Amino acid sequence: MIALLARDLKLALRAGGGFGLGLAFFLIVIVLVPLGVGPEGALLSRIAPGILWVAALLACLLSLDRIFALDYEDGSLDLLATAPIPLEGVVTMKALAHWLTTGLPLVLASPVLGLLMNLPAAGYGWLVLSLALGTPALSVIGTFGAALTVGLKRGGLLLSLLVLPLYVPTLIFGAEVVKRGAVGQAVETPLLLMAGITAGAAALLPFASAGALRINLR
Amino acid sequence: MSIWKYANPVLFMKTSGGILRVLVPVTAVLMVTGLMWGFFFTPPEMKQGSTVKIIFLHVPTAMLGINAWLMMLVASLIWLIRRHHVSALAAKAAAPVGATMTLAALITGAIWGEPMWGTWWAWDPRLTSFLILFLFYLGYMALWEAIDDPDTAADLTSVLCLVGSVFAILSRYAVNFWNQGLHQGPSLTIAQKQHVADAYWYPLMISIGGFLCFFVVMVLLRTRTEIRARRLKALLARERMA
Repeated sequence: MIALLARDLKLALRAGGGFGLGLAFFLIVIVLVPLGVGPEGALLSRIAPGILWVAALLACLLSLDRIFALDYEDGSLDLLATAPIPLEGVVTMKALAHWLTTGLPLVLASPVLGLLMNLPAAGYGWLVLSLALGTPALSVIGTFGAALTVGLKRGGLLLSLLVLPLYVPTLIFGAEVVKRGAVGQAVETPLLLMAGITAGAAALLPFASAGALRINLR
Repeated sequence: MSIWKYANPVLFMKTSGGILRVLVPVTAVLMVTGLMWGFFFTPPEMKQGSTVKIIFLHVPTAMLGINAWLMMLVASLIWLIRRHHVSALAAKAAAPVGATMTLAALITGAIWGEPMWGTWWAWDPRLTSFLILFLFYLGYMALWEAIDDPDTAADLTSVLCLVGSVFAILSRYAVNFWNQGLHQGPSLTIAQKQHVADAYWYPLMISIGGFLCFFVVMVLLRTRTEIRARRLKALLARERMA
C-alpha cells in the first residue's frame, strides 16, 4: 500500500499539470473575487472565510476525475483490483495521494491567499486548521464520486453534480469555523462536527467507493 | 404476501394493473375533493387571508419530496441485497416524481413567501435543505441516464442513494446550524395534537391522502413503463439475433 501511495505521488509529480493546477486554480479564484465584488477591505474580510472555502472546494473538485481515469484507461486498475491487497485499501491510498497532491498544498498556501482576501488576523490559524481537517473529507468524498463515474466517457460534469451536494456539510462547518475564529467567537462546535464528518467519511466511504469500483470493473 | 414474489415481472404487472384500476379513481376523487374543498370551501385565515390555501399543495408535495427519497433508499437496499429487479426499477421510477414534488414544494413555498415573508426566497435552513435535496435528485437521475448497462446503473445509483441519504441528513442538520430560520415549525406532527384548525385540517388530510395515492399511481405506472421498455429491448435484441 505504501508502494502504491509512492507510485501515485510520483505519477502526480512527474506527469505535470495535476500537482500545481489545483493550487493555481485556487489562486485565480481568489484573485477574481475582489475583481468581481470590488476592493473594499471591510467587505472582503467579511466574505473571506466563505470564499476561501468555496475556492478550496472547487480546486479539489478539479482534479477528481484524474484519480482513477488514467489507471482505468491503461488497465492498471484491473490489476489493482485483483491484487492481494483489499480494494478498500487501494481506494484509501488513492484518496490519500489525492489529498497530499491537492489538499495539502491548498492548506499550506491558504494563509497567503487569506492575506489577499484581507482575512482578520485572528482567522489565519483557524483557516489553516479547518482546511487541514476538512480537505481530507473532500478527497475521500471525491474519490467516491470518481469511483462512481470511472467508466463514463464524459464523467467530469456529472462528477461535479454528484460530488458538490455531498460537500455541503463540510463546507458549512469549515466556513463557520473560520468565520467564528476571525471574529473571536468559540469555534469548538463546528470544528468538532467537521472533524467528525472527516473521520466518519474516511472510515466508511472507502467501502462505498470500493463497491462502486467493483461494479464498474465487472 | 411477500415482496419477493413481485420480483417476477409478470406477477408484478398483473398485481400492479389491478391496484391501478382501483387506485386511479380513488386518487382522482381524493385530489379533487381535497383541493376543491381546500381552495373554495374554506374560510380565509385571519392574518394570511386566502394565501393560506396554498398549504393544500405545499404540505403534501413537501412530504412526498422527502418520503420519495426514503422510498428510493428502501428500494435501493432491497436491490443491493437481494437483486430484486423490480425494486431497482421502482427506485428509478420514483426519482423524477420525487424531484417534481420537491420542486413543486419549493415553488409553492416561494409563491406563498412573496406576500407573507416579503421575499420569494430566503436562505432559511428548511428551504436550503430542500434545495440541496433537489440537487441530490438531479445527481441521482443524471447517473441513471449516464450509464448504459441497466444492472450497473442500478448498482451505482443504489450506492449513490445510500451515501446520498447520509449526506442529505447531515446537510439538513448542518444548515440548521448555519442560519436561523424564517420557516415556521412543523404544523403537523404525529406526537402532538393538531395545530391546524378543523376547517383546514380535514381538507388538508384528504389532500395529503390524494397526493400520496397520486405518488403510488405514478411510481407504479412508471415502473410498468420501465418493465415494458425492458421487454421491448429484449424482443428487439432477439429479433436482431434471429
